[in-house]
Amino acid sequence: MSDALLSVNNFSVLYDVDPPVNAVRNVDFELRRGEILGLAGESGCGKTTLAYGIQRLLKAPAVITSGSVVFHDKSGDDIEISELDVEEMRQFRWDKISMVFQGAMNALNPVATIGSQLDDVFEVHRPSMTKAQRREAVIELLEIVKVGGQRRRSFPHELSGGMRQRVMIAMALALRPQLMVMDEPTTALDVLVQREILKQISQLRHQFGFSVIFITHDLPLLLEISDRIAIMREGEIVELNTAEQIWRDPQDDYTKKLLSSFPRLTGEKGLVAR
Amino acid sequence: MSLLEFDAVTKVYSVRGAGQIKALDDVSFTLESGQTIGLVGQSGSGKSTTAKILTQLETPTSGEVRLDGRAIPRHGSGLRAYRQQLRMVFQDPFASLNPYHSVRHHIERPLRLDNVVPQEQINGEVRRLLGRVRLDPASIADRRPHELSGGQRQRVAIARALASRPKFLVADEPVSMLDVSIRLGVLNLLADLQREEGLGVLYITHDLATARHFSSEIIVLNQGRIAERGTADDVILRPKHPYTQELRAASPDPEKFFASTSGIGGGAR
Repeated sequence: MSDALLSVNNFSVLYDVDPPVNAVRNVDFELRRGEILGLAGESGCGKTTLAYGIQRLLKAPAVITSGSVVFHDKSGDDIEISELDVEEMRQFRWDKISMVFQGAMNALNPVATIGSQLDDVFEVHRPSMTKAQRREAVIELLEIVKVGGQRRRSFPHELSGGMRQRVMIAMALALRPQLMVMDEPTTALDVLVQREILKQISQLRHQFGFSVIFITHDLPLLLEISDRIAIMREGEIVELNTAEQIWRDPQDDYTKKLLSSFPRLTGEKGLVAR
Repeated sequence: MSLLEFDAVTKVYSVRGAGQIKALDDVSFTLESGQTIGLVGQSGSGKSTTAKILTQLETPTSGEVRLDGRAIPRHGSGLRAYRQQLRMVFQDPFASLNPYHSVRHHIERPLRLDNVVPQEQINGEVRRLLGRVRLDPASIADRRPHELSGGQRQRVAIARALASRPKFLVADEPVSMLDVSIRLGVLNLLADLQREEGLGVLYITHDLATARHFSSEIIVLNQGRIAERGTADDVILRPKHPYTQELRAASPDPEKFFASTSGIGGGAR
């Protein structure tokens, strides 16, 4: 079993509109097992397109024009994601790679209880489980993310934003995937709730050993949570390094510009960086 | 010099099934023209209720708001005259502009409604206001909101707020929906306008870092009460109240993080 979980080579995505947009351009990176990789950049830099493209979640007019994505399963198999057929892809998704979507607060079905939505995951992906086993598993998940099993009969609108986000994390965790892709998972939450959720993600990562691709434009937050950070600009990764290196010794001018566009909480004062 | 007084304001909401909720509990502060106060706190702390009462979208259960010593009229032309003095910049520039109307229309309306300038000067005034927010009038004035970026839209919203030549601005999370790389630009613009026009600004946010850089004074709200207040550096760098300390500890702070490397996630590195 190698150290790498995901190898992305020469990956490109084009939006086939007029004029065509090269949203992701010849991206190479390797994601390590158990690592949190931060993906940062401005709106429109291609970070979400890259994360969706890896899992083949893109729809037309997006076209993957080049590259390969190899998933190094813990069983020892190397899975080339682009070679999976429809049924294999259906089984692969959520089982190996799950996702916490942007605006997860609105990603839950408003007319179904959270318990039944979590139950769905097992019913589809683990057809051998009995109803009682599924119920146990749902309660366990809600306990793990500290929402509490007794809340399984609640509807999404009966939960706070932070709790809904925890339910989304529980859902992503359900099948014990090896990779979780998180797209701006805390952007709509206030700082205290955000901090609790980040702690929880970090603790779950240690407990279950999954890797995380964490997408956000909040660089100060990313610096604290990530092991390594990839900075994206106009579809390309301009710099990929450990969080500490990015902070202490950024190499690319664009990374420096991004870092300087945040007012420091405790550092030198003044609105700045014109 | 103008003075806005928020005097012992309490606001109680009756919520079906949950009884009565005290959104604000005996909150007092004053805002002078030329001064910037940061109002910080987490969701539900009463920040937006304060903004709604200041703009008279809600009436206080007890206490009152005064402008230059006079209580704010509840309705009619007196209320309109008050609102001409105090304008609001909302969080979401995608929702606060009407998608059917041009930028020009958005800025003309307050000019006409409040008779700020004579009819023949309206065009020139629209150009001047767009220039004030660093937008090019020739290319922007006849566009509609969907043709603009988020940062441009928020600049239009600021120009609209300035049209009636107010003395006070209430800015409720004005940059939180914008991309990080343009947030500073919009905040710098607000800071410049505040200085140049001598505006009193209430900056509502849960982002302690920008509150510190943008405000001279900070008020921390917790469950409808003022937990702490003081100069921006005192409150953020030397917080006394446990709630402020908690907020501060929860805010990302790479400087401190890499100095200690014992924060969350640090164990794996």
